[in-house]
Amino acid sequence: MAAPLLRVLTCGSVDDGKSTLIGRLLLETDSVPTDQLAAARADTKRFGARDAGEIDPALLVDGLEAEREQAITIDVAWRYFSTDARRFVVIDTPGHVQYTRNMATGASHAEVALVLVDASKGLLEQTYRHARIVTSLGIGSIVLVVNKMDRIGWDRGVFERIATEFSALAEGLGVDDVTSIPAAALHGDNVTSRSERSAWYGGPTLLEQLERVVPRRLGTDGQDPATGSLRLIVQSVQRAEGVRWLLGTVSRGTVAPGDAVEVLPARQRGTVARLERLGVEVERAGPEDPVAVVLAEDLDVGRGQVVTHPDGPSEVSRQFVARLVWFGEEPMVPARPYVLQLGTAVRTATVTRLRHRTDVVTGAELAERTLAMNELGVVELDVDRELAIDPYLEHRDTGAFVLIDRASAEVVAAGMVLHGLRRSTNVRWEEHAVGPTERGRLLGQRPTVVWFTGLSGSGKSTVADLVERALHASGRATMLLDADNVRHGLTRDLGFTEADRAENVRRLAEAARLLADAGLIVLVCAISPRNEEREGARAIIGADRFVEVHVATRLEVCEERDPKGLYARARRGDIPNFTGIDAPYEDPDDPDLRLDTGASSAEEAAAEVIALLEGLRSAPGA
Amino acid sequence: MSERSVLDELEAESVHILRDAVAQAKRPVLLYSVGKDSSVLLHLARKAFHPAPVPFPVLHIDTTWNPHEMITFRDALVARYGLDLIAWINHEGLDAGYSPITHPSDVYTDVMLTQALRAALDHHRFDLALGGARRDEERSRAKERVFSVRGPGHVWDPRRQRPELWRLNNARLAEGETVRVFPLSNWTELDVWRYIEREGIPLVPLYLAEERRVIERDGTLIMVDDDRLVLREGEVVEHRRVRFRTLGCYPLSGCVESTATTVDAIVREIEASSLSERQGRLIDGEGNASMEAKKREGYF
Ligand SMILES: Nc1nc2c(ncn2[C@@H]2O[C@H](COP(=O)(O)OP(=O)(O)O)[C@@H](O)[C@H]2O)c(=O)[nH]1
Repeated sequence: MAAPLLRVLTCGSVDDGKSTLIGRLLLETDSVPTDQLAAARADTKRFGARDAGEIDPALLVDGLEAEREQAITIDVAWRYFSTDARRFVVIDTPGHVQYTRNMATGASHAEVALVLVDASKGLLEQTYRHARIVTSLGIGSIVLVVNKMDRIGWDRGVFERIATEFSALAEGLGVDDVTSIPAAALHGDNVTSRSERSAWYGGPTLLEQLERVVPRRLGTDGQDPATGSLRLIVQSVQRAEGVRWLLGTVSRGTVAPGDAVEVLPARQRGTVARLERLGVEVERAGPEDPVAVVLAEDLDVGRGQVVTHPDGPSEVSRQFVARLVWFGEEPMVPARPYVLQLGTAVRTATVTRLRHRTDVVTGAELAERTLAMNELGVVELDVDRELAIDPYLEHRDTGAFVLIDRASAEVVAAGMVLHGLRRSTNVRWEEHAVGPTERGRLLGQRPTVVWFTGLSGSGKSTVADLVERALHASGRATMLLDADNVRHGLTRDLGFTEADRAENVRRLAEAARLLADAGLIVLVCAISPRNEEREGARAIIGADRFVEVHVATRLEVCEERDPKGLYARARRGDIPNFTGIDAPYEDPDDPDLRLDTGASSAEEAAAEVIALLEGLRSAPGA
Repeated sequence: MSERSVLDELEAESVHILRDAVAQAKRPVLLYSVGKDSSVLLHLARKAFHPAPVPFPVLHIDTTWNPHEMITFRDALVARYGLDLIAWINHEGLDAGYSPITHPSDVYTDVMLTQALRAALDHHRFDLALGGARRDEERSRAKERVFSVRGPGHVWDPRRQRPELWRLNNARLAEGETVRVFPLSNWTELDVWRYIEREGIPLVPLYLAEERRVIERDGTLIMVDDDRLVLREGEVVEHRRVRFRTLGCYPLSGCVESTATTVDAIVREIEASSLSERQGRLIDGEGNASMEAKKREGYF
């Protein structure tokens, strides 16, 4: 049965006639207000296509100033029209260079893809690209419009050859629901009314096809979402009438009072006591219903959790394999912590491995080290805490995620879960009776990691050395990790690219964590130039025992000191990616301590660190 | 579960957005213009958070030039629903004599609406503002995001506009940023009216046709709401049956002749008509790109 609302993605290369086609649909379904029509009529005289007639449909769609002026990096234009049979949302992703991320964004909202091909050109590389992107996102119904049939004299043979080629391409991608339509958007043939010029064509017009298509999703075998096992993503929790209400939208299955549920990833079992749909008490709610739920038990549930049914819960994992579409202008940096949002859950995630990059045109799997903007690939991801996931093709809302840059809050990737990795289930986190606190107590200290960050030559090692001596003298058990020294062993395989620097900091942080778990006071000296990576270190080590010390000696002072002659070599161009010269250093926003060894002596600086640690020691829990 | 209609789908989508927005905000607020779109938004908010009360204040930028009926309606509604209303007036602007009579409409709206809104948001340190704007309102809005990020100074910067994927509403903000959220983005004018009809949402009576005192100015019918509107040479006050398609400052909002005295009649009138609702809004007059410029300046 055809649902009353259909979301259609339009894909075409520049000049295939996409705007003309959309404009034509709007025009012929009376979806354009008269005042806008008048504007388009005037525009047509000035900018319109030569044989467009009174109104060039493309001008209804391309807001002239807007198209020219806007430099929005990710463009998706939304348009609306309706017929008696159905309401349509057209999701238009202008081609440009950044097609992949535009199209992935649009496709994430669409149920059907309308792929445009110019009859005189046939399938292009772009067509392969479009088909792969829309199927990656799970769209299983495609309408192929072979446009500009007038240019090839309505040649049936050409149309059929293009249609056959495209069907083969789609089938290879798992799509068998393809309808091909010969059309001329500029003149309206076979768009909303049947063309006399294609008497040989017995299929539907474009509008007829859009009105009747029942969209398929890849991977779901046409299963009704209402019959799947429950997924209710919790958006928030509020108190009212003396009880806690979980707010969220049912995204699969049904829920009813009395139902047993399991809340993930915490694996808490409970029973539904009350159920409201938009303010009204109901007996049962199903897919797409916004609900408010009260559980009989007083469970600790919050935003980011998923309510499931005990018979068919999501997988709970800390590691999984996913397909990524890279959006960021900066390439992916393995080991750099990103913010991951999946449903309403938010985690810190790192890419631990790039399995391969996927060639968007051929589908070939290529061995690479990173993903750049608009590239597709398959990766392994690690998240800091357990997460409830489903494979994207089985259930979109618990399988789709984005990666976000911590500092700019920009989306850098769209992701789709392929499957969980069982590692975390096998390598269970062992909770032992003797933990870091106990070990520290035996040593009479509170395990702490002091992270010294700053430019080369700023005095990190000198100050840390003085601090360690003083701590040692007062009977503290310490360890000093100097990144330069660690580079001879633990991190000797790493260089100085962005990716390697991130991995270097991650390993140092892991090592520091283990040493702190052993009860020690750990001093780490590492340039660690990026905010994100230091934040990652804080996350690994634990914020409550992480002390950030910025040795903020000015660059000129460091360069003048140049104890190892490195600045001189970097200035000559012998050392690429040297922090402060041709690689950036991001000052910490809010370090626990900021030192300037240009202004004070190393001894004074060390005393400040000791004083800070003394302060912490007297804090509760010391 | 009966069959879902288009309105059911739109309603569910908007409620989902509202809940996500509020859950991620530190200090959310609803921009309440007293018009039909913000009335729908408010209605959705009451449903979304039921049985708890609406979890944010509503902000009305009061230019003092709204028709009196709007203010009467607003105050009655606030009392009825127990809302936390912030009515913000730019008193400096008022004292400096800015009015739609004395100043060009763009200058006046900049001072009394745009700047007033920014000042109100800053004063209350709101980080997320819910608005009733829709994408179908005009061509230039077709690419507007549901979560529209504003940089420092509330500036709309195309570079800050993020891709919106699936239902992953990302209201995370960088330093100095705020966000406007438009839960009705995918609604059309007709959807709004049909929903008002279905839900019986209370509306300012100005939307319904009634005999009102109007003058014709520059081809537009303007209601004479009080004696601040000084008649120009040759203008005469007439009594005509008119209604408003959009509401705002009365000297700047045209009305249309109509016999639709019920919401049902309005729905049928719009189904048959084909003028866009902005036709009556004088501030958009200069052309399609003007809205965009306004957005950049921090207008709704
Ligand atoms: N001959 C012919 N020209 C067309 C047809 N459809 C579009 N065009 C022309 O192809 C050009 C590109 O169209 P446009 O809709 O702007 O393409 P877009 O870049 O895909 O949006 C314009 O000059 C149109 O007038 C068609 O069916 N037949």
